[in-house]
Amino acid sequence: MDYLLSEEQKMIKDLAHRIAEEKIRPQAAKYDQSEEYPWEVIKVIAESDLFGLFVPQEYGGMGTSVLNLCLATEEFSRACGGIAVCYAASALGTFPIVLFGNEEQKKKYLPDLAKGKVVAAFAITEPEAGSDASAIKTTAKKQGKHYILNGLKHFITNGGDAQTYVVIAMTDKTKGARGASAFIVEKGTPGFTFGKKEDKFGIRASSTRELIFTDCKVPEENLLVIEGLVFIVTMKTFDMSRPGVAAQALGIAQGALELAVKYAKERQQFGRSISSFQGIQWMLADMATEVEAARALVYSTARMVDAGVKDVAKESAMSKMYASDVAMKVAVDALQIFGGYGYMRDYPVEKYVRDAKITQIYEGTNQIQRNIIALQLIKEMAK
Amino acid sequence: MSIQIILEKCTGCALCVKACPFDAIRIMDKKAVIDLNKCNLCGACVPACKLKAILIEKSESRIEKPDLKNYKGIWVFIEQKNSLIQSVSYELLGKARDLAKKLSCEVSGVLIGNGLDDQLDELFWRGADNIYLVQAPEITHFQDEPYTNILVKLIQEYKPEIVLCGATAIGRSLISRVAVKIKAGLTADCTGLDIDPDKKILLQTRPAFGGNIMATIISPNFRPQMATVRHKVMQPLEPDKKRKGKVIRESFDSPVYASRTKLLDIVEEIESLVNLAEADIIVSGGRGMGGPDNFKLLEEFAHVLGAAVGASRAAVDSGWMPYSHQVGQTGRTVAPKIYIACGISGQIQHLVGMQSAKIIVAINKDPDAPIFKVATYGIVADLFQIVPALTKKFQERLKK
Amino acid sequence: MNIIVCIKQVPETTEVKINPETNTLIREGVKSIINPFDMYAIEEGVRLKEKFGGKTTVITMGPPQAEIALKEAISMGIDEGILICDKAFAGSDTWATSYTLSSAIKKIGQFDLILCGKQASDGDTAQVGPGISAHLDIPQVTYVKKIEEVRSNSLRVERMMEEGYEIIETPLPALLTVVKEINEPRIPSLKGMLRARSAKIITWTQKELDLEVTAIGLSGSPTQVVKIFTPPPRIGGQMLTGEPREIAEKLVDLLKQEVT
Repeated sequence: MDYLLSEEQKMIKDLAHRIAEEKIRPQAAKYDQSEEYPWEVIKVIAESDLFGLFVPQEYGGMGTSVLNLCLATEEFSRACGGIAVCYAASALGTFPIVLFGNEEQKKKYLPDLAKGKVVAAFAITEPEAGSDASAIKTTAKKQGKHYILNGLKHFITNGGDAQTYVVIAMTDKTKGARGASAFIVEKGTPGFTFGKKEDKFGIRASSTRELIFTDCKVPEENLLVIEGLVFIVTMKTFDMSRPGVAAQALGIAQGALELAVKYAKERQQFGRSISSFQGIQWMLADMATEVEAARALVYSTARMVDAGVKDVAKESAMSKMYASDVAMKVAVDALQIFGGYGYMRDYPVEKYVRDAKITQIYEGTNQIQRNIIALQLIKEMAK
Repeated sequence: MSIQIILEKCTGCALCVKACPFDAIRIMDKKAVIDLNKCNLCGACVPACKLKAILIEKSESRIEKPDLKNYKGIWVFIEQKNSLIQSVSYELLGKARDLAKKLSCEVSGVLIGNGLDDQLDELFWRGADNIYLVQAPEITHFQDEPYTNILVKLIQEYKPEIVLCGATAIGRSLISRVAVKIKAGLTADCTGLDIDPDKKILLQTRPAFGGNIMATIISPNFRPQMATVRHKVMQPLEPDKKRKGKVIRESFDSPVYASRTKLLDIVEEIESLVNLAEADIIVSGGRGMGGPDNFKLLEEFAHVLGAAVGASRAAVDSGWMPYSHQVGQTGRTVAPKIYIACGISGQIQHLVGMQSAKIIVAINKDPDAPIFKVATYGIVADLFQIVPALTKKFQERLKK
Repeated sequence: MNIIVCIKQVPETTEVKINPETNTLIREGVKSIINPFDMYAIEEGVRLKEKFGGKTTVITMGPPQAEIALKEAISMGIDEGILICDKAFAGSDTWATSYTLSSAIKKIGQFDLILCGKQASDGDTAQVGPGISAHLDIPQVTYVKKIEEVRSNSLRVERMMEEGYEIIETPLPALLTVVKEINEPRIPSLKGMLRARSAKIITWTQKELDLEVTAIGLSGSPTQVVKIFTPPPRIGGQMLTGEPREIAEKLVDLLKQEVT
């Protein structure tokens, strides 16, 4: 399908494709096994200016565009969903600063993030607060010119490897979700330490850690906007970042589909390639159609965000939910086409199943996404 | 200078379309039409046209053509390293003898270096009639400029008709420079050399256009006709110890020996593996090996056979094997007794590097792989089943 | 340091196949790329410039579409691209090519270093680099695998040989041909690609280089192609069939005289 990409967008897609094929795919199995953070690949992406895709030009970026970010993320994910998420998670951690940071904060943090010198992380999830932001237990108490942070964040992507963190903490418990605020916290701030690195089912190239705050003194100028605005900050951030997660899922689906088609053509059974059997052909046809439908949804949503459409909550949720469900289904079907070989770690396809699974879970489980979609539907009907 | 279709003669038979390696000819309204943006004036279409309907005209060369008839004899640049004559030179002498028979002329070697007198006999035994010997301490080791100067001076003075040189690191650097200095035609990496029986000129055949085709190249209006040939492509003659020849010693003024570049050191890096170029048996792997780890299979097999392990360009480019193992046009040329190609499709670049093997065994899943066209024994099967079976069988058999 | 990099656009050769029915090359869908060996020359040029300053210029002789190759070099960090393009250059062999390129280099004027890939992947001759230095009468070092030291008017380099390497010092200006051991070419940056998109490529024709038609193209080429053919197949091979064990048995019998 022709998405009528601009010349610059095609350039971004081609560049990301090249990085994926030359630098990511050959390393994917290694990082999946070792669980090392892929600094070597991050450096290549940084040198290619693609970390600039989510930072405005005046701060050293290439201009913020969600579609551009999606194009790059999709290409990276085709080769490795884990490495792609290191990149996308940095975008997630950068967006709050781009959207809500004041001039000093932007000048201080964005140039290094745009150049990929450092990566960012966004920290909202806690052991007892996942999709429910009002249950956050981490506190931030104002004390003179500082806020004192105490608490624990967990499952934080890029945690420990990122330099710049946007951390959500309660400034006024009595107000529930409206009493939480967002802070920029730098790695190395006294009282800010990391817990164990999680041993994950998939996206193993990415790092996931606990963030531990023990009387961590954060200067007051690191508060984003004003106290209590977390609801807006997270909502707007997720509106921007959900298409990115959707693009990650889309890339995984595309990558699995390509592997399946290639293998079906090569694999001989009963004296001919299995791609000549209708049973396989129908599977491939369904997979390809679902991937294309997901792509249409993701790109359209990204374009809406870029065009400044105010309320994209429904479309964002739809694309994240649909693309990740497609990724899971297509990856499982691709493995099925590989047969017994697909189940073996020597073949690349089982990794796509593992990598795909998380996209149905994080950045709001697909159940939460359905809630959002339904809520919006009902709201629209009430108008 | 232009290419032209004589419309009255052209019948639109499309033989030229097939001959064109650049896809530059189309038949329109039953006549051939040449796309000049694609045409490289290579001339492949001219002999293909049975009706002589294609004309390539050259602007009349204003460069004075040398009196071609004054050029006589075949020369071989004798390569020495650390004052040891390299075997490629003996191979070239063998070929030169063969050509000399057809031209009824003499074969001469040009040897530049220092302290080489004790190796001259071997050159005569292997086919040389004369040796032009230039020796001085400052030219002990090869350096581009003095060697170029000397060879240019000798060629200008003695006017050989043909100059052959090994397509080695030294040979390629030297001879390209010499050819430019004396405005002579030079063809690299020839896999075949012959003499046109009528015109008595050198026919130089090599793989061309990066594809699965061969081109025969001539240099009819310039002398000497120059060509490089890779190690192991030609056969040396058995030494005939009765053969004798003439040594012509030459020396030049010191500016001829001067070099702007300075050779500071020579560092030898000894390969721990069996030398590919010299091995009797080579087991080689290509894209079908699937990955670097699978080369262990070949190494085991090679170990049983006492063979060297080779690789195709595809395997080397994928980083599965180091470049030193590459067989083919951009790697090494080999001529073992047995060459076993595993999962190698057989692109021409690979074939030219190994087709002088006495026996070629090809193992490939794809029955249409071009490798089977050159194979003595072909096996259409999964190499991951065949290679271990072969390893086992040979192990049993060789123990007995 | 002013550096000139000479490159060639070639078909992505590993994909070139012969149509078995017509016996012609299948060129459709075969991409044109920068000769892989030239990528190392471009990378080395850009690295030297980044370290020592100066200007890098990339030149190529080829059809109008070779502009894409020049732009790719610019996207990797080369400053300027020059396309030498004229129908009069068609049919050039390595002599005429190196003559034309050296004439263009003379027209560029002042330079310290010329970098070339060791050979082109489509022709594999390795003759054009040394040819250029011969025409310009400057020193050359071929098969360079490392630049050890850069001084104001000389270089110390490692030259790869069959059994090791030589350490060579050369005064500047000089020409080097480089091998792939020298570096790892970078992937272009997005900014580089945007710069390349708007970069203006200079085109020089036969007229601008003021070359005699008799010295260039087909007329200026001492060598001529007289025949193109597909290599004759080796005499018919024998196919071995059966279970892996049986095949192994047969092959061992067939080869036993050779393996002793």
